[in-house]
Amino acid sequence: MLQILHGTNISFMKYRRLAYFFSSALVLVTVVWFFTKGPTYSVDFTGGTLLQVRTTPAATADAVRNALDASGYKGAEIQQMTGDAKNEFLIRIPSDTTDAQVMASRLIDAVGTHLGATKVEQRKVESVGPKVGGELRQKAIWAVLASLGSILLYVGWRYEFKFAVGGVAALLHDVLVTLGVLMFTGREVSLTVVAALLTIAGYSINDTIVVFDRIRERGKALRKEKHSRMMDIAVNETLSRTIITAFTVFLSALALFVWGGEVLNDFSFAMLVGVVFGTYSSVYVASALALDIWISLDRRKGVQAE
Amino acid sequence: MSRTDQWKLLGVILVTLVAAYYLYPSYRYYTSTPAQREAMKPDDLAKLRKQAIHLGLDLQGGLQLLLEVDKSRLNAAEAKDATERAMEIIRNRIDQFGVAEPLVQREGQDRIAIQLPGLTDRQRAIELIGKTALLEFKLVRTNDETSAAYTRLDSWFANRPGGTATDTLLANHPITGRMLDQGFFPKNEVPTVMKLLASAPLDSILPPDTQVLWSDADEASGGITGRFLYVLKKTPEMSGGSVASAEARPGLDQTNPAAWGVSMKMTPRGRADFARVTGANVGRQLAIVLDGIVQSAPVIRDRIPSGDASITGGSIDLNAAKDLAIVLRAGALPAPVRILDERTVGPSLGSDSIHDGVKAGIIGTLMVVAFMMVYYQLSGVIAVVAMLLNTVYIIACLGGFGATLTLPGIAGLVLTIGMAVDTNVLIFERIREELRSGRNIRQSVEMGYDRAFRTVFDAHSTTIISGLFLFQFGTGPIKGFAVTLIIGLLANLFTAVLFTRMIYDFWLSRGRVERLSI
Repeated sequence: MLQILHGTNISFMKYRRLAYFFSSALVLVTVVWFFTKGPTYSVDFTGGTLLQVRTTPAATADAVRNALDASGYKGAEIQQMTGDAKNEFLIRIPSDTTDAQVMASRLIDAVGTHLGATKVEQRKVESVGPKVGGELRQKAIWAVLASLGSILLYVGWRYEFKFAVGGVAALLHDVLVTLGVLMFTGREVSLTVVAALLTIAGYSINDTIVVFDRIRERGKALRKEKHSRMMDIAVNETLSRTIITAFTVFLSALALFVWGGEVLNDFSFAMLVGVVFGTYSSVYVASALALDIWISLDRRKGVQAE
Repeated sequence: MSRTDQWKLLGVILVTLVAAYYLYPSYRYYTSTPAQREAMKPDDLAKLRKQAIHLGLDLQGGLQLLLEVDKSRLNAAEAKDATERAMEIIRNRIDQFGVAEPLVQREGQDRIAIQLPGLTDRQRAIELIGKTALLEFKLVRTNDETSAAYTRLDSWFANRPGGTATDTLLANHPITGRMLDQGFFPKNEVPTVMKLLASAPLDSILPPDTQVLWSDADEASGGITGRFLYVLKKTPEMSGGSVASAEARPGLDQTNPAAWGVSMKMTPRGRADFARVTGANVGRQLAIVLDGIVQSAPVIRDRIPSGDASITGGSIDLNAAKDLAIVLRAGALPAPVRILDERTVGPSLGSDSIHDGVKAGIIGTLMVVAFMMVYYQLSGVIAVVAMLLNTVYIIACLGGFGATLTLPGIAGLVLTIGMAVDTNVLIFERIREELRSGRNIRQSVEMGYDRAFRTVFDAHSTTIISGLFLFQFGTGPIKGFAVTLIIGLLANLFTAVLFTRMIYDFWLSRGRVERLSI
């Protein structure tokens, strides 16, 4: 039997204050950043047009910019792609014009004519009117909040309130921190990224439930122990499973990140980050928070818990 | 083998057979070469394609549009079924354009979602779909009436406060001062005049039942390129409803015989009207107006009883003529449509995405397989078989439900593979625990499954909850992801709880097992 992390007895809960500090700092930075600078939203949410073109032979970013300038599209933002796709460019146009669709075609023509012999191939066009952009933004926020709410209800129903709060806090933490990392690395928040965030939410709670379930199961046998000790036992007993699952999901996400192509890049990056924080948070946010709520509830009842 | 195990085995075999049945068309369709497809009967091929898993637009390339029917100018009765009628007409146009498996769906009150798989010429498609195609025949006002209209425009703009022209001619004659000939403006003045006209309440300035409309494209007049601004009688003499058929043809324009145009035949009723209108207005110009732009304004030389009319113009090439013929045949949209959202994926990006997605899937699976086999040995093999079965079930479900596989869907599949082993990890770790606590193998397996089940169930339920919201929220590709995720989780419950359990029971029932390879 090949084993890792068997029979561990780590006092996770002892260090929870440090983890609180660390997690709150991360969340705080994310929230402040979110409300001051804000993430870069994709055209899905801002409205506007995104063009992806491939040039053969490869043009330089300056050449593409000159071609656009020469055709009178000065507002466009140009980004050269990296890696194997160096000959590809992303061109973003804000949505202040009503006929963004028509403009996309004119842009392709413009780049084509001004680049001379270079062949310009259109890889992707995304054009979202400001109205739909706003709707999608609202829908995304609604979906995240509603799924958080339902998970809270489900966990509250199947387990106890204190666990539900811990679980949802962990989930929020994971989603926020992942968003923070995305902002920090300058990645765009698009529909696919929101999908990744929701998946992370699902994964995070999945991980948390395994720990909670152990406490529920062992509660009786361990009732003489201190709450924190119970929590530690539960976390330690499920630790190998937590790590192994995180590892296999990480492997899948890694495969998508490395080989999954440009379209899935942001998605799989978010998943990678989310898995790491999800694993950490099921111990240090969900369990730790549930423990503290538990202790304070008992204290209010007059029970000396710790 | 016990009775229950026999039932389980039967269940698993049955489900797998059903899955194989649903997978077979996809296998045949996507592994067949173009030559083989060519050899099939068109009906059979269409049926096969229908049964095979649909690839999302992000994988096969194509165009996706969300349109909004602008009902602001319709009255209540007209607005009632305007969206339905618009859909019908758009569907008709697309059919004539020739796209395999287009999808035209109503979304909400006044929106229409359109998917055109495999389409590459997006600009042409957008123009074809989005054109209102309101065809009208309007009389051009006489020279005197036209001059009078220009005079009114001139005086209105000249007396408007805030005029900036320093040139006295332009200050006193802001419109005609820029004009070369009767109604002809050189190219450089056209944008200025357009802007001026757009800023004025033309209806109250111009004489009653009069409007001004521009010609289609730049043309040459006396060696200078520019556009005509026509002064027209606002009430049309006839409309596109009188057109019975339309066809793209060259040689309609005598001055430029090589140019393409659209020749129209009218309905019997239209023929009579046309004869009457042309007969009553010999010597005058009749403008052919499409969506508020004058295509041409030929002089009526004689009464035209045949009801033949044609549209020609500088900007009409072969494709434009074909598309114009299509929209004229299919009829005008009841109201203008606006494009709210467009997503086009070029075929090269689509095939790259499939290639990359499949590659990532295979590598990801191999990594997980390798890990599981090393870590859990024979039990790992069981988990891997379960995981592969799982994948087969998911793809079969997608095929069976007629769901669409998108790139995020492939990502969902890959992630599900990572999560699918989680169920087995939970169970295996549990069995190991039970073994460690001194139970025998059979008891440990039993306890492991029983105790892990509740955890697995709760963990799956919460993930399915977020999957459902994802589905609700998602558009196109994201929906595909949510569907894959949800089906994956359900399939996972089935394989982990029924299939692997059965294998263990079978394994353990064959005499004494000394050591569990886990």
